[in-house]
Amino acid sequence: MSKPGLPVPAYADTPLRRRVLKVIRSRPTLRGAAILLGVMVLLAVLAPFIAPQNPYDLATLNMMDNRLPPGAAAMSGATYWLGTDAQGRDMISAILYGLRTSLLVGLLSTGGAMLIGITAGLFAAQIGGAVDAIIMRIVDFMLGFPSILVALVLLASVGRGIDKVILAIIVVQWAQYARLMRASALVERRKEYIEAAVNFGLPTRHIMLAHLLPNSVGAVLVVSTISVASAITLEATLSFLGVGVPVTQPSLGLLIANGFEYLLSGEYWIAVFPGIALVLLIMSLNFVGDRLRRSFNVRASS
Amino acid sequence: MTSYFLQRLIQSIAVLLAVSVVVFFAVYGIGDPIELLVPPQASAAERLALIKRLGLDQPVWSQYFTFLGNALSGNLGTSFVHGVPVVSLILGRLPATLELVLLSMITATVVSVPLGLYAGLNPDSRPSRIIMAGTVIGFSLPSFWKGMMLVLLFSVWLGWLPTAGRGETVTALGMQTSLFTLDGLKHLILPTLNLAIPNTVLMVRLIAAGAAEATTQDYVKFARAKGISRRRIVRRHILRTILIPVVTVVGIEFGSLVAFSTITETVFSWPGMGKLLIDSIYQLDRPVVVAYVMLTTLLFVGVNLLVDVLYAALDPRVKLSGGMT
Amino acid sequence: MTGLLDIRGLRTVFHTPEGAWAAVDGVDLTIRRGEVLCLVGESGSGKSVTGFSTVRLIDPPGEIVEGEILFDGKDLRQASDEELRALRGNRIAMVFQDPLSTLNPVLTIGEQMAEAITAHRRCTKAQITEESVRALARVGIPSPEVRLRQYPHEFSGGMRQRVAIAIALLNSPDLIIADEPTTALDVTIQSQILYEVQTLARETGTAILWITHDLAIVAELADRVAVMYAGQIVESGAVDDVLDRPCHPYTLGLLKSSTGTVRPGERLHQIDGNAPRIDARPSGCPFRTRCDRVVPLCSETYPLRQENGDRAFRCHNPVPAAPATSGEVLP
Repeated sequence: MSKPGLPVPAYADTPLRRRVLKVIRSRPTLRGAAILLGVMVLLAVLAPFIAPQNPYDLATLNMMDNRLPPGAAAMSGATYWLGTDAQGRDMISAILYGLRTSLLVGLLSTGGAMLIGITAGLFAAQIGGAVDAIIMRIVDFMLGFPSILVALVLLASVGRGIDKVILAIIVVQWAQYARLMRASALVERRKEYIEAAVNFGLPTRHIMLAHLLPNSVGAVLVVSTISVASAITLEATLSFLGVGVPVTQPSLGLLIANGFEYLLSGEYWIAVFPGIALVLLIMSLNFVGDRLRRSFNVRASS
Repeated sequence: MTSYFLQRLIQSIAVLLAVSVVVFFAVYGIGDPIELLVPPQASAAERLALIKRLGLDQPVWSQYFTFLGNALSGNLGTSFVHGVPVVSLILGRLPATLELVLLSMITATVVSVPLGLYAGLNPDSRPSRIIMAGTVIGFSLPSFWKGMMLVLLFSVWLGWLPTAGRGETVTALGMQTSLFTLDGLKHLILPTLNLAIPNTVLMVRLIAAGAAEATTQDYVKFARAKGISRRRIVRRHILRTILIPVVTVVGIEFGSLVAFSTITETVFSWPGMGKLLIDSIYQLDRPVVVAYVMLTTLLFVGVNLLVDVLYAALDPRVKLSGGMT
Repeated sequence: MTGLLDIRGLRTVFHTPEGAWAAVDGVDLTIRRGEVLCLVGESGSGKSVTGFSTVRLIDPPGEIVEGEILFDGKDLRQASDEELRALRGNRIAMVFQDPLSTLNPVLTIGEQMAEAITAHRRCTKAQITEESVRALARVGIPSPEVRLRQYPHEFSGGMRQRVAIAIALLNSPDLIIADEPTTALDVTIQSQILYEVQTLARETGTAILWITHDLAIVAELADRVAVMYAGQIVESGAVDDVLDRPCHPYTLGLLKSSTGTVRPGERLHQIDGNAPRIDARPSGCPFRTRCDRVVPLCSETYPLRQENGDRAFRCHNPVPAAPATSGEVLP
């Protein structure tokens, strides 16, 4: 029989309660990813101050030191903890500078794609009609093709270079932001305060910039973390395929590509270590982004 | 039904036309078309003859229609490097790519359905958490680096599998294939695995999310209230519902598999279309690049049409006459 | 007193990060063979959770933590998963609230009926079709042979609920638990379905636990009624008895707020306040904050169950006999 009138017991020992606590305690993964990301960004920013050598300055490189395994001693007596590449570059220095290039390309291209995508999405949602139809047809068209293929063909016709890679990534990424921005702006537009602002006779430009934009840009910002990761992956892939950044300023992807030919002879470190740095960078971005997206409940596309 | 196909056909043609315009202006509009289309080693007289023959002295719009007309008759130009019509050059490489893509697709499906279902139905179990963490790692690994690590591990260090190439092939159904020789299969394992991993990861996440959502649906609870066994609920009620988005994604991902095969083919020196594309980009063999884009677009459009038909067949709520009811 | 179903001290809680909250908080309920028992209460009172707890269809974060569910003398809380599966849809069938979501949209009606049969007995294909056709015809669905091959989206809401009822009837269950099955339907269809269910229950001798918030349905359908408030049964008994002479102020309030008692020109009576959230329940009698008959004792202890034959209620200051509503209750 039940005991009426007693307070509801808490059932502290049921497996379910423990499960809930476990989920809360599982957050350290997220914290770990965020810390790792912070450290990598810091390393990239501080690369010129902490790198043992400047890998872009060919004069400081010693060709006698080329393709040394990790832990080998340099001609100068220093130790190459991660070995050297075919030009005799210290891998640690090359990775730190490569991280810098990869992050730079990832952030700039994502920023550019967001700027264009948000603008296009906002206009499509606000103006509607033919403008909306045309913008969205272009968006559908762009999203219909795999981004790697579009960027590859684009770079094949304009040539390699950091600016061109950034441009190519912007071209393939803006459309997803436009779609997301339009969707969330359309939801926002139906809300009463916007209707009130319209009835009040406020100018369209003011409504778009002061009300619509700040209140609907959240979803786009949440997704942008994952987009930085995919921009970095895309840059690395394009550089690996030989249409990305120039050889004089190698990103992580190009370092890996340079190591590819030595891989088969067992000189693994030239390709493996930059790859680990790249994967850690992408993974920490993805972990943080995935968690952000889930806690804000944003669907990546459509 | 017929009107739906007609509508879709018109859409497909519109996409192809749009691509032809974009590609035409990408190649003819940016930079000097003569420099792009005439082999650099050609002499002055050859240049003039080529300019005349290619119609490069005509206005842009008339050049576009010439290009379009030629394309419609299956002529997308001649490769500078190989000296053969690019269409037949690319089609010759198609079987190797399709073999890789289809095998990867099957592998991804076979692996991801049980894993995704398990993770979706037991979201809090330890294996599920390992599977889901594995998917984050899986889509964080860049395809080219993953391929290189597979080579390093299985070929260089363990020496179990070959590093590159297609191995011994036999002719089946008029196409060269690696599927029926032991050597060919050995060569297929690593590239297939490399190409299959991103799709497996995507499908595991999709199926897990779908299964988790389906279990909360009233019709699943109703099926339980009817006394239907868990096995049958999973197989008929949950899997059947998830199948619809999965088929759509598999179709969409077919395109990205073809695209990603360029990377995998480069890493494993697999003589498919993707490798041809990369080689042609290096060798400035523009007609091949143009033709590759046109032909893959045709392939994507065809596959999309097929997916729509399958989708309609799987979901009784969809009428082919015009979308969802 | 034993019946087909005897629920004793049932307590079902929902776990949240802040703790466990009882949606069903010590419910006693008896259903006899062949009778229609209406479980009535506001939304959030725990009546649906009681219904689902009966066949243990409670998913995390919900959990049945106390009580006995005796069905035909066997405690279902001790039953194995397979025993439960064999029971569900066979001896205890259910009908859900929303007919639009209870049928799987991608399977034909025929398949969804057939699986309900084959889950419990071996049958030939012809037998399955025959039984399914008969079940559909019985709930008033025209041309059942054709309908078997169709998908749920080809049926209206009312028709889908008839299909769900037909599925519930397939294995001639001893008990059907119906969770507000007519709430989502319009009034004409509701009364048709009520009439049919009543007839079918009488013909087949199936007992029904009908969960509703609508006293008009109770008056029309029930043999007995149990009134639920804040996870507990505050009053129960034969339907005429309870509706004519409510003992609990909450039952009286429900009766007054039901349109059936309002004369032209009279104001609609409303129960003050809203039903409390299960996690913000006052101590003592949970109804005292909304009650107009509150006495000091109400804030101290929860009133014990007072039984008088089939009649039971839990109130420190029950409504005196022969209240104003007597004699003119409901259509």
